[in-house]
Amino acid sequence: MIAALLEALQFTFMRHALLAGLLVSVACGLIGTFVVVKRIVFISGGIAHAAYGGIGLGYYFKYMILPVLFAGSAAARDPRPGYWPLLGAVVFSLLAAAIMGWIQRRTRQRADTIIGVLWAIGMAVGIILVDLTKGYKVDLMSYLFGSILAVERTELLAIAGLDVLVIALVALFYKELLAVSFDETFATVENVPVGAIYGLLLAMIALTVVMLMRVVGLILVIAMLTIPPAIAGRLVKGIVPMMIVSALLGVLFTFTGLWLSYAWNLTSGASIILVAGAGYLLSLISWRRLRPAPNA
Amino acid sequence: MAASIAPVAIDNERQSAIAVEHLWAGYGNENVLEDVNLHVYPLDFIGIIGPNGGGKTTLIKVLLGLLPPTRGDVTVMGEPVETGRRHIGYVPQVVEFDHDFPISVWDVARMGRLGQRGLLRRYTSEDNALVAEALRRVDMLDLRQRTIGELSGGQRQRVYIARALATHPSILLLDEPTSSVDPRVSTSIYELLRELNERVTILLVSHDMGAVSSYVKSVGCLNRHLFYHGGDHLTPEMVELAYQCPVDLVAHGVPHRVFAEHALDAIQRYRDEEPRP
Repeated sequence: MIAALLEALQFTFMRHALLAGLLVSVACGLIGTFVVVKRIVFISGGIAHAAYGGIGLGYYFKYMILPVLFAGSAAARDPRPGYWPLLGAVVFSLLAAAIMGWIQRRTRQRADTIIGVLWAIGMAVGIILVDLTKGYKVDLMSYLFGSILAVERTELLAIAGLDVLVIALVALFYKELLAVSFDETFATVENVPVGAIYGLLLAMIALTVVMLMRVVGLILVIAMLTIPPAIAGRLVKGIVPMMIVSALLGVLFTFTGLWLSYAWNLTSGASIILVAGAGYLLSLISWRRLRPAPNA
Repeated sequence: MAASIAPVAIDNERQSAIAVEHLWAGYGNENVLEDVNLHVYPLDFIGIIGPNGGGKTTLIKVLLGLLPPTRGDVTVMGEPVETGRRHIGYVPQVVEFDHDFPISVWDVARMGRLGQRGLLRRYTSEDNALVAEALRRVDMLDLRQRTIGELSGGQRQRVYIARALATHPSILLLDEPTSSVDPRVSTSIYELLRELNERVTILLVSHDMGAVSSYVKSVGCLNRHLFYHGGDHLTPEMVELAYQCPVDLVAHGVPHRVFAEHALDAIQRYRDEEPRP
């Protein structure tokens, strides 16, 4: 088994995949903890799916608009999609986060309905734009279920950059993020810019979602954002310990899932999530056994 | 939009900690508060009771600058609420919180220092000293490492009072401070408030008229209109006006205070003085 592991590590794509899993797990641990404790899983799902529209936009721009505007340029002649889909996803997810956050704060009622509508529209826009893109036919499945084994060097750098940004923002605004997550009203009374801090949190969710999309895919993004913090919440107390344990669990799940997908030739994203899901069930069982009911 | 219809009254004898003049407030076209007048003076301890939906929480939102009034003027320590609210230590209803939130007693209380620090500033050792002092004041310093989920309802209430005290307030503003605790704990919380009242002004709202009327210095009734005359007596008439139906007053603690006869004259006087818009 060790020999097989070493053999797998000789492949560049495998090393890239492991590195991507590591980088993504860190951001997931930090942001997922806020998503879980602030109970904004649904809006995170909305942002993730709306981001799909950005993927479509990226492809459309790369193959339909770029060759017209900048015919003959190196970027226009390159047959690969490059970072355009990623860029489109970043722009679209940030836009979705801004709109959804604004709606959620403005109208207390029906916010979930509107988020659901934007969720669907975002995905539909993405599919239509890919349909309209002639020539290069993108494998949509790779964005729905992830393609961690196809992560390229430039993408790794982009993910690392976003990672550093997320860590820096959380460190800088930690006390405000904590206050806004726990008690928005009190934070307002203390003159914390609650709207801006909440917007920042949604923007960081959007960036994390884009990173995750490459690794585990859109459909499974929510699981990766919620499962590690949910388990961590049972193991440790406090936000910062939860973040650290979530990140470690994320690394464990992606590495194990990757190994299983390599050994048995399975879809990597789904394998990672199944490992995470199994970990969650295991934590429920062992938690029950370790701590008997209060009245027992 | 919030055009003032009356100049802010200046009390020559004492500066009001909170001054509410002809306040109208509500949501959309629906008025929840109509022509509310209230002067809170330093070291007052005022309890405002009223039925659910009577506007208690709305009044608190206006005082905290969370809801702009449709008409009227509100000042806190002589300033508009948006800046004046820094003098207020706010204690929300305990039931509004997610008790699964993984946050320690210490971190909750330290939020009281947010307003003093501002963005991109770390908490200082002075902040920590103030937070420790606030927690000691409510007997919760020993439990500072606990998460709020591990506390009883009464302990949680004490933590939120400590958070409010950590803001170093002139005024404590409490929303239903004993709504989720049993009567014994409720008594201990009112005892604590009475001690704190030696230094800070306290304004609280509650639907629990029995407990309120036996601890506060003065009581008011709120149901769209505020019936408050600064006296310590809760009369059946005040309560009837507020609740719009006859209510039996059950004496609690200090019975003679609740049923004093001369309060009838006071409320009659108050109603005669009531300004017409």
